[in-house]
Amino acid sequence: MTALTAAVAKPRGAAARFESEYAAYRRAKRIHALLFGAAFVICVVAAGVTAKFDLMTLINGLPRTTEFLVKLVPPIAFATFSHDVAEWYWNIHGWLDSLLNTLLMAYLATVLGTAIGGCLSFFAARNLARHYATYWVMRRVLEIARTVPDIVWALLFIIAFGIGPLAGVLAITVHTIGAQGKLFAEVNENISPLPIDGIRAAGGSWYEEIRFAVLPQVMPNYLSYTFWRLELNVRSATIVGFVGAGGIGHDLFTSIQLLYFGDAGAILLIIVATIMLIDMASEKFRHSAIGKASFAH
Amino acid sequence: MTVRLDSITGADIAAGREQFPRLYSAPAAERMRAWLAWGCATALTLYCLYRFGFLSPDFLHGVSKFAATVVAQLFPPQGFANLPLFLKVMGETIAMAFLGTLMGAVLAFPLSFLASKNMTRSRPLQFGTRRFADLLRSFDYLIWALIFVRAIGLGPLAGIMAIAIVETGTFIKLYSEAIENLDRKQIDGINAAGGNGLQRIRFGVLPQVLPMMLSNTLYMFEHNVRSASILGIVGAGGIGFLLADRLRAYELQEACLIIIVLIVAVYAIDYLSKFLRERLIGDHRRREPVDDAVQV
Repeated sequence: MTALTAAVAKPRGAAARFESEYAAYRRAKRIHALLFGAAFVICVVAAGVTAKFDLMTLINGLPRTTEFLVKLVPPIAFATFSHDVAEWYWNIHGWLDSLLNTLLMAYLATVLGTAIGGCLSFFAARNLARHYATYWVMRRVLEIARTVPDIVWALLFIIAFGIGPLAGVLAITVHTIGAQGKLFAEVNENISPLPIDGIRAAGGSWYEEIRFAVLPQVMPNYLSYTFWRLELNVRSATIVGFVGAGGIGHDLFTSIQLLYFGDAGAILLIIVATIMLIDMASEKFRHSAIGKASFAH
Repeated sequence: MTVRLDSITGADIAAGREQFPRLYSAPAAERMRAWLAWGCATALTLYCLYRFGFLSPDFLHGVSKFAATVVAQLFPPQGFANLPLFLKVMGETIAMAFLGTLMGAVLAFPLSFLASKNMTRSRPLQFGTRRFADLLRSFDYLIWALIFVRAIGLGPLAGIMAIAIVETGTFIKLYSEAIENLDRKQIDGINAAGGNGLQRIRFGVLPQVLPMMLSNTLYMFEHNVRSASILGIVGAGGIGFLLADRLRAYELQEACLIIIVLIVAVYAIDYLSKFLRERLIGDHRRREPVDDAVQV
């Protein structure tokens, strides 16, 4: 006699058993939730103590934050609109020049980082690296390049290359190598092995395997990751200037340090507009030119 | 039909080429366009290399200086006497990331319903909330940190607020995407049983979206430990302050120790978060859903 027929034969017993099992399940779940909640509260309190979280400072500070944000936009009267805006953006040429520098820094870092990271990714893919040691070492190298923040790389490069955009480009490049190397290696690991077997069977070299069996499979993903990385690198390029590594971040940092609120607001507006435009363009590009399917994970 | 390789003649290939031209090569116009695109990209790259000084002899000088002074002086790490201090400040960094992420999640949760097309009838309100979220996250953490340091003073609180503000924007976007993808039927079920708005959300929406939200939140916490580690560079608390200080004073060996502490801590948090996500939520997805909302 199966359990089912037993249950049908004795419906009351089954219902009672269900009730008791359900109650036990609910009890276990409640205890679980309670334990988890307690652990969570302990974490919050511990974090609050460690980070010296002070509600009064926050409450006192918030009005000053809004005051700060309001000061970013100078008074603009409707009657003298163009004059006021022109005065606000008095240094528009200088800032646009910095913006161009920022964009070119991001572009160059993306190109260099993707080229180098892309080459390294073949050694960091389990299915393509010939030796496990190569794979392991390459993975660790890429992890370090990626885990150290780009602004820290910038501080290191400034020591050798001095203040200026060169250090910024190098810093973002190193970070990009790490990020692209890892992403590309994952793409490489997901390819079909059949074309590789084909090239190998036909007597192709390791280089020919990569060129004719791997690249055609991974290129669309590489391209879409690269455009995404360009978008992220524009953001990075706007902030490496905070430590003197060039770009519009330098102008922003100086103006906030010197309390030139109007300048800071003008630069912030330029940055937002740029980031949003690039977001939109990149989204459009990814959806149209490369196709949604190739970017779907 | 079997075709033997050695029986294929040049005429066969020519015939095949005529019949299926695209199998053999792309049309000339398409190839031209591709070459043009690659040519422009290469030219721009060369111009950038020139503009930023990669092609000048100073660059080689810089490289040798980097190898001789920076790389050589980083190792071996030193300053182990300060290790307790570094660990304490690393703890402060993680706490900043935790509180910032938590505040962002709490602020974003109600707003994410406003930003979802299937929850908010008023289109301008929904669209406005989305754009507001975009505005919050279009400034980097460091920019917000700089603003908050000026407004509420030096220290971890400015960093927490910077993370909280950016994360509010990110979470509104991520949560509302989760809400928009939910299955309508369960809400209809609550409706049919006479449930009110609150019950619709509690029993119709939350069971569907909560796992996704928790997973995203943990992922962003992981990400924010990295962000929090640099906020100190502008004075917003955390290990970035010590690191920038040592680097600017050319105390590279001590900086190296700090970087090692940072890398180990980031790894530990990554593993912990991955473990929690798998344990609590059963996260089977290989890739993260947060592709373009975050910087990696």
